[in-house]
This record gives sequence, C-alpha cells and structure tokens, in this order.
Amino acid sequence: MSRSTKKGPYVDAKLLKKIETMNAKNDKRVLKTWARACTVIPDMVGHTIGIHDGRRHVPIYITEEMVGHKLGEFAPTRTFKGHGDKAERSTALK
Amino acid sequence: MARIAGIDLPRDKRVEAALPYIYGIGLSASRKILTRTQVDGDTRVRDLTEDEVARIRQIVDTEYRVEGDLRREVQLNIKRLIDIGTYRGLRHRRGLPVRGQRTKTNARTRKGPRRTVGAKRKK
Repeated sequence: MSRSTKKGPYVDAKLLKKIETMNAKNDKRVLKTWARACTVIPDMVGHTIGIHDGRRHVPIYITEEMVGHKLGEFAPTRTFKGHGDKAERSTALK
Repeated sequence: MARIAGIDLPRDKRVEAALPYIYGIGLSASRKILTRTQVDGDTRVRDLTEDEVARIRQIVDTEYRVEGDLRREVQLNIKRLIDIGTYRGLRHRRGLPVRGQRTKTNARTRKGPRRTVGAKRKK
C-alpha cells in the first residue's frame, strides 16, 4: 500500500536541511547520506548525492526525471557477478 | 463487420467478451463502455447495428488509449526506468521479475524457458 497523500512525500529531514542550505549558497558538493528511503524532490535536482549501498556512498547525479523516486532505487545493494568462473565456463563447452 | 481501433474483429462472441480483444480494454472497461453506449453486452458482434458500432467506436477512440499507443506508452515507461538508472530498470534490462518476487524458483514468465546451468566436474 502506498503512503497517504495527507503526509506528503517522505523526505529525510536532515538531508532536506542540508540541501536547502546548499541551494541558498549555490553550493555543489557530494552529499553523503544513508537515507535511501527518502523521496527525490525537485530541490535536489542538479546535486550529486552519495547514496549508501551498505558499503560505499554511490555518487548519483540527480536529474529532473528522478523526482518522485526514492534515493535507494539508484544505488543497488547487491553485487552479483554471475555463477562460476571463466575456467569452468570454458570446460563446459567441451 | 465490426472494426474498432484498427484491426480487431472477433465476430461470433458476445460484445462484452469481444471488446477485451482490443489491447487496453479489459472486461471492466468493456462493461463500462457498453452501459454508457446503451448496448446490450449479450448481443453477438455480428448482430450489432451500424449505429451501435459507431457509438462504441466513438468512445474507444476518444477516451481510451489502446493498441499501438498504449504499447508505446508502456515501452517508454520502461525505457525511462532504465535510462535513469533505477533498480527496476535494471531488472527490466536483465529480464528478471521487477517487483521483488523470488527468483530461486519460479519467475518463469520473466525468465523464459529453463536453461540448465548445472555443476561442472573438475578435470
């Protein structure tokens, strides 16, 4: 079930404050955050946000199209490199 | 011959069941259209009068996004998800389920026919 419209979008309070001060100063630094559940709002467009993926802060440049999505959608939390290694794959061909 | 929204014409079915042959119109939309046009859903398509067909076509053409247009819209939505680098876009690209379903088993609709990988013996 989706969030009640009455509440408005969930925006991390701390992050919002930082974005606002940065906008006021025309500052463009990479902003690290752990708030993956935070909705992307128009104010964030043009910033680069380091979104935590559990290990690193993945720098993501926010564009207009991303508004309305959650930050976490842009920083995958899993690394899957496929099953088996090259040697195994080449023997499988024989 | 009833030809609505391009190329669709299933003749021997009841109208209510025939309209869903149009991509973008399901049973519930079909029923809504029929009540609004005052057409009995139990009449066969071949028994429809010209006028009834015209009324149905009028509503479908003006108020519903169907067939090619709808398919294109869906494709654009998917393309957008891929282009902005979302997790959902990634799942579309890989052909895996998008909404968090399990993939250890099942998920065959998205993954297609089984391709056995199998364990390899050491040489």
